[in-house]
Amino acid sequence: MRLRSRSLVVGAVISATMVSVAGVSLAWTPYPPTAIDIVHKLAAPSPTHPFGTDHLGRDVLSMIMAGASSSLSVALIAVVVGAGLGVPLGAFAAARGGWIDDLTMRGCDLAFAFPALLTAVMITALAGPGAGNAMLAIGIFNIPVFARITRSAARQVWGRDFVLAARTAGRGDIGITVVHVLPNIAPVLVVQITIQFALAIVADAGLSYVGLGTQPPFPSWGRMLNDAQTFIWRAPLLAVFPGVAITLAVLGLNLLGDGLQDVLDPRLRRGR
Amino acid sequence: MLGYLLRRLTILLATLLAASLVVFVVLQALPGDPAALILGTGAREDTLAALRHQLGLDAPLWWRYATWIGGLSVGDLGTSFTYHVPVAELVRQRVLVSLPLAAFAIALSTLIAIPVGVAAAARRGGAVDTGVMGVAQIGVALPNFWLGLLLILLFAIRLPWLPASGFPGWDAGAWAGFRALILPAVALALPQAAILARVTRAAVIDTLGEDFVRTARAKGLTRRAALWRHAVPNALIPVVTLIGLQFSFLLAGTVIIENVFTLPGLGRLVFQAIAQRDLIVVQDLVVLLAGSVIIVNFIVDLVAAWIDPRLRRVGA
Amino acid sequence: MTRLFAALAGSVLAGLAAMATAQAKDTITVGMVLEPPGLDPTAGAASAIREVTYANIYEGLTRIDAKGQVQAGLAESWSISKDGLTYTFKLIRGAKFHDDTPFACNIVKFSYERAMAPDSVNAQKQLFEPIARVECPDDGTAVVTLKRPTALFLFDMGWGDAVMVSPKSAATNASDPVGTGPFKFKQWVKGDRVEMVANPDYWGSRPKLSAVTFKFVSDPSAATAAVLAGDIDAFPLFPAPEALDQFKADARFAVHVGTTEGKTIVALNNTKKPFDDIRVRRALAYAIDRKALIEGAQSGFGAPIGSHYTPGDPGYIDLTGQYPYDPAKAKALLGEAGIKPGFTMTFQLPPPTYARRGGEVIAAMLDQVGIKAKLVPIEWGQWLDQVFKRTDFDATIISHTEARDLDIYARDKYYFNYNSPEYKALYKQFVEAVDPKVQSDLVGKLQQKLAEDEPNVFLFALAKVGVANAKIRGLWYNDPVPANDMTGVSWAE
Repeated sequence: MRLRSRSLVVGAVISATMVSVAGVSLAWTPYPPTAIDIVHKLAAPSPTHPFGTDHLGRDVLSMIMAGASSSLSVALIAVVVGAGLGVPLGAFAAARGGWIDDLTMRGCDLAFAFPALLTAVMITALAGPGAGNAMLAIGIFNIPVFARITRSAARQVWGRDFVLAARTAGRGDIGITVVHVLPNIAPVLVVQITIQFALAIVADAGLSYVGLGTQPPFPSWGRMLNDAQTFIWRAPLLAVFPGVAITLAVLGLNLLGDGLQDVLDPRLRRGR
Repeated sequence: MLGYLLRRLTILLATLLAASLVVFVVLQALPGDPAALILGTGAREDTLAALRHQLGLDAPLWWRYATWIGGLSVGDLGTSFTYHVPVAELVRQRVLVSLPLAAFAIALSTLIAIPVGVAAAARRGGAVDTGVMGVAQIGVALPNFWLGLLLILLFAIRLPWLPASGFPGWDAGAWAGFRALILPAVALALPQAAILARVTRAAVIDTLGEDFVRTARAKGLTRRAALWRHAVPNALIPVVTLIGLQFSFLLAGTVIIENVFTLPGLGRLVFQAIAQRDLIVVQDLVVLLAGSVIIVNFIVDLVAAWIDPRLRRVGA
Repeated sequence: MTRLFAALAGSVLAGLAAMATAQAKDTITVGMVLEPPGLDPTAGAASAIREVTYANIYEGLTRIDAKGQVQAGLAESWSISKDGLTYTFKLIRGAKFHDDTPFACNIVKFSYERAMAPDSVNAQKQLFEPIARVECPDDGTAVVTLKRPTALFLFDMGWGDAVMVSPKSAATNASDPVGTGPFKFKQWVKGDRVEMVANPDYWGSRPKLSAVTFKFVSDPSAATAAVLAGDIDAFPLFPAPEALDQFKADARFAVHVGTTEGKTIVALNNTKKPFDDIRVRRALAYAIDRKALIEGAQSGFGAPIGSHYTPGDPGYIDLTGQYPYDPAKAKALLGEAGIKPGFTMTFQLPPPTYARRGGEVIAAMLDQVGIKAKLVPIEWGQWLDQVFKRTDFDATIISHTEARDLDIYARDKYYFNYNSPEYKALYKQFVEAVDPKVQSDLVGKLQQKLAEDEPNVFLFALAKVGVANAKIRGLWYNDPVPANDMTGVSWAE
């Protein structure tokens, strides 16, 4: 328990730092993250450029900061899309049961059969690369994730006595779902949201790495890594900073998720 | 068991068919004309039309889908637009890179994760447990493509022990081929191992708390024996399920890793085929990848049902 | 620290490479960025097809040499009638295809008629459009009659699209190429390499190499590693100019910087507002610092151009001074044209580095004159569809790699929608001119007209940056046509 709440605290601190860095970058970065200064390209870290400059002489620290805002916003919207559509879908399947439930779950199986990245590649090929489509691609992949977890958690709630009581009292499916089911499964969903948020950050970085995510001139961590790979013989440090940023962001969210799970869902505490 | 099997098989086939239809429809909507890509900017309209006819792109959609599926069902994957060779041949060459890579990574991650997870569970709360789980926590957060870059930096550039990228082909010798797969496999395996270790640890701790393990201990079994004979085997179901899930994840994961290490595998072929609008290759590959995920999940379910007969009802 | 390790790595690799080259070498591995889609240059436009097969596997009646000049190929000589309409080619005797089909006039007739046929899938079908008929008075003579005089006809017949193919194997050339060239196709390991071996029955002087392998490495850092390790002997179009210092400092390698025909331009949609306004186009030209662009996007390799013509082309005139970098003047012109600061224009960027990285640099430069550039990366498939076919774009960055293609500005409909009757008239005079002096004069006027109208912003000619083992002789250092002619390549003792 002590360890758990420590991960909650550490996770919350890292995540809050990420969010504030992203927020600050909207108003201020040491240099404009897109300002090119070709004369000073590939400079090593120094007091003027703490993380050095990239192949076009842009300040890496500023780019990392701005990258946080693009990464977090892509992940946020992807999760909102996924949960916004997946949760109602799962809740509906659980409420109705029968063939609707079957069909929804088979649909989820089908969606899971397509490797996530492949889905994203197809979507971006279809609609063009860019932050918006990356959000959409990751979001679509999140729908079945949320649908499944909502459905299985909701089904447990539907079996409880107070639901039966509400039903005898004449409440409809929607009423019961809103009043009884959703509040009861909220802890599970909150934990899942943090997990998917972390996965979305990795997915966004992966998509931008292969050139399908956030587009230049706006910086993104994944594309910084891709650029860095080209210059890995000359400026290996360029490949380090963006990766550390991604790892930290994901680590923070994972710790936060673990901690939340403990606090919100005590039944799971026993095992881990 | 037979009824269960039949039912699952029907669902499997239906899912595959649905997947093929989805892919086909999506690809038709892709902007870009394969003929224009092949002939470039100098091409005239009549030349483009001639090539479209040659590629069979002027046939009605339903006919193209039907001939494709008809061919697939007898194992004919069609002919690549760009390479002008049977897709089956392309796929065979690429599978020989991707499959060993995924298998290598799975083996590596399992070999690392299970002992580590069990050891951590056995000394729960101890220094080993805390240390290992701390490392695992970071491992889970590592994006594999960045890990790949770091490995290149360390073991190919700083210490020139292993090739930075590329694949010499198996005909260059098994060792040369294997060497080229070491770094990518490690990059894929480590984050997976971290996840697997955490799950193994949790599953073992769960079973350690179960009555039958306590009974075994009460009967006088040593802690060690109780762990290995009772707790670990019973913790296997979630672990096997996860390994199955990881396989499908790895298939997708190889797409990016193959890009990092420029390996001529299935993932790069998909990318390249999408860019070149080699539609038939994309169709085939997506169905193959989706199909292998579906089949692996199917096998995992069967194995789980075999380990624990109760799952047959739940699964159906 | 990095340098120390690099040096350490270098010396270990040097040792390995020394072992590998101990015995006299007569084979070569050539690196290429892109894998060719098929190996039939008469059925596809990709440069990579030519870079593997041109002059190695296939030959045409004429050939383009390393300097971009027309030389004799399978035609040992020719004569042109006074009216410029009848070309009589005297063919090489004793040449035969790798499948033993003898080369004679019937092959010429077959190859050209195949390219002109209604079901032809030749990517440059318009090259053959002037041909009225091909006749064979005897096996050793081919007579080609044209509909009208065509200044570049002999040059055009040297293109990869005009090579000779055997009727027996024409249909399968894409996967199993058969030509008359000094090298025979051996195998193609898809995604990795194409192998060819010397043709013992070659009609000309035998090549010095016994085997050539083309290896495909798209990733810049992988290309660097492969050359350093000696896995690749020569990389004629090296994709990592940023790594060149390392090779320059190393005696084992030779770095060659040559020219290509790749005219890199910001193509503008000349019918779309506000790009139909010459002041706006000129303002864009003033706003871009070509030197800094070349430094940023191409690590300093490339030659600025002022028109749609490269310094290596015959009749080139230097027009790079027409629009010097002058942000103030750009702003003034934009103001005159009524463009408000904050005006947004969209750049469609195809995959090559010159476009993607160039776009980032240009966006930063345009920002200085108050133009917001929205960068949209697109794949070639979409570029061809949206930009080239439907001309639905503001601007795009693109390199036109076809040699001496001034004709594209004279076409009635071409994607950038330049329409100038004066230019068209000038071009007509040029094509029909028979006197070389007049031709060269007109080429100058064409370039000037383009620089004046600035339909597109002319940026730079792509450099051919090559890295090779220092012992290799006979590589092409320039790239007048896409080719890796291995006929004259050898290893020094």
